[in-house]
Amino acid sequence: MTASLAFFRRDPLAAVAAVVLAVAAIAALAGPWLAPFDPLGVDLAANYQPSSWTHPLGTDHLGRDTLSRLLAGARVSLGIALAATGAGLLVGAALGLVAAWRRGVVDLLFMQAVDILLALPELLLAITAITILGRGTTSTVVAVAVYAVPSFARIVRAAAQPLVGADYVTAARAAGASDARVLWRHVLPGCAAPMLAHATVMLGSAILLASGLSFLGLGVQPPEAEWGAMLSRGRELLRTAPLGAVAPGVAITATVLSFSLLGDGLRDAASPRRRSRLT
Amino acid sequence: MRGLGRLVGRALARLVPVLLAISILVFSIVHAIPGDPAVIAAGLEAAPATVERIRRDLGLDQPLPIQFASFVGRTLAGDLGVSIRTGAPVGQEILDRLPHTVILAAGGVVIAVGLGLAIGIAASLSRRVVTDRLLTALSLLSASTPSYWLALMLMLVFSVGLGWLPAIGVGTPAHYVLPCVALGLQSAGAVARMTRASVREVLAQDFLRAARAKGVPERLAIARHGLRNALLPVLGLVGLRVGGLLAGTVLVESVFAVPGVGRMMVDAVVARDFPMVQGGVLVVATMVVVVNALTDVTASWLDPRVRT
Repeated sequence: MTASLAFFRRDPLAAVAAVVLAVAAIAALAGPWLAPFDPLGVDLAANYQPSSWTHPLGTDHLGRDTLSRLLAGARVSLGIALAATGAGLLVGAALGLVAAWRRGVVDLLFMQAVDILLALPELLLAITAITILGRGTTSTVVAVAVYAVPSFARIVRAAAQPLVGADYVTAARAAGASDARVLWRHVLPGCAAPMLAHATVMLGSAILLASGLSFLGLGVQPPEAEWGAMLSRGRELLRTAPLGAVAPGVAITATVLSFSLLGDGLRDAASPRRRSRLT
Repeated sequence: MRGLGRLVGRALARLVPVLLAISILVFSIVHAIPGDPAVIAAGLEAAPATVERIRRDLGLDQPLPIQFASFVGRTLAGDLGVSIRTGAPVGQEILDRLPHTVILAAGGVVIAVGLGLAIGIAASLSRRVVTDRLLTALSLLSASTPSYWLALMLMLVFSVGLGWLPAIGVGTPAHYVLPCVALGLQSAGAVARMTRASVREVLAQDFLRAARAKGVPERLAIARHGLRNALLPVLGLVGLRVGGLLAGTVLVESVFAVPGVGRMMVDAVVARDFPMVQGGVLVVATMVVVVNALTDVTASWLDPRVRT
């Protein structure tokens, strides 16, 4: 607890980011109880309404309350990001560990594949994945996870490489521990810090990519509320209820920025060498 | 010049496996979708006779490696197949739409580089840590803002509010201004940050101290000796960003209703027009890796330490 307090005192931006993310988390967990209206409740007589006391952020083309949809969207957007980052971390970490452990041809092949995936823009990979899987929330999670895998593989491999040759790992092998046990008990914990820092940044990138896909109509499907999907008819809101087009974007930007700031802070804290930045 | 030849050779050697991987990825789309590839390629409503003809035409009754070889052969000959929906050749459709996408991406690069360099160089004159912090925050903010939302906000201010620029469509150069800005701003922050860091690093080098020692004024020293050396890493960064910019056109084209390749791909995914998706992904991905390779070669060639 004192350690985290010291971290936030040294990095006040990260502290602000943590507060923003706490707000987003509360919206994701308690959104349905906080929302003044049903996020899916259609009221065609009250569509495209500007900001008012009843609808602080106005209503959309079907007369649904924007604030309620924003709160409901927090759960969807954060949920997709968490699931995709988690899956990307699991697969990527496994690939990275195996590459560092086996070295030689396996390492070479894995890393060549990782490099190729990293060379392709995430949006193209995601579009390819969604073409194969069809549109929808589950496909979005898979598409974003595919994007997350190579960077996790690279980071875990880099962190695991020096550990694989360390004396205590050799000792564990000499004591007869199986490969899997050595990797799980002795190598993986050493990779935890860079892995978690990258996961934090990746959560932001995942929200950005997933909301972009939903904006295009390839991700989360209507009528479900998702921050990117809420903007897909944003152009029509600009003249009558511009807040409806402003609010979801602010939510995305604030959340993604906070994940980046917190992740950068964690990364700096994890590697003392980076702490003294070149200015 | 011999150095350049070697650089190009090395870049090509690295490019070939990547291009091969892209073609495998694109080729596998039709086979990875559950179901009979011939039915998928013909469209789900196609008559059985059409399906059989397509199976023969595309060689889908052949073993996979042979299918892949003929796919690569057709692609190299410029044949990207025909659209399931319209029956039009995919290659022609992409050619018709490509200019819009290229203009958007190029305009985005110009905005990102122009704005990034201006801010980065101006900030490099300051030694204060606050400047560094500010630029870092700015570049994170610009990278965290969804381009399509930024596009909507630009439209809100400059089209709906001020009425200065057209909101949607193409036709006049003015139509491209907002999309290019929306696209370019996302990378401008990173370019600015990299420019300042790079300029400041170069400023600490011995040859600049030598220039100052012989009495060259600071501004001239930066302009004559500093920038030329500082811009190499920036060029590398821009090369890496071009890929994202090209793919980013998908989002911006949707907001501004620009009839480019990106919009085509999205429509094709929705309509399950697989040859269209394949063609789009293949062309855009190839452009991305080729541009990356080109900037790589240029950056190395301009760097005298690598050239020799």
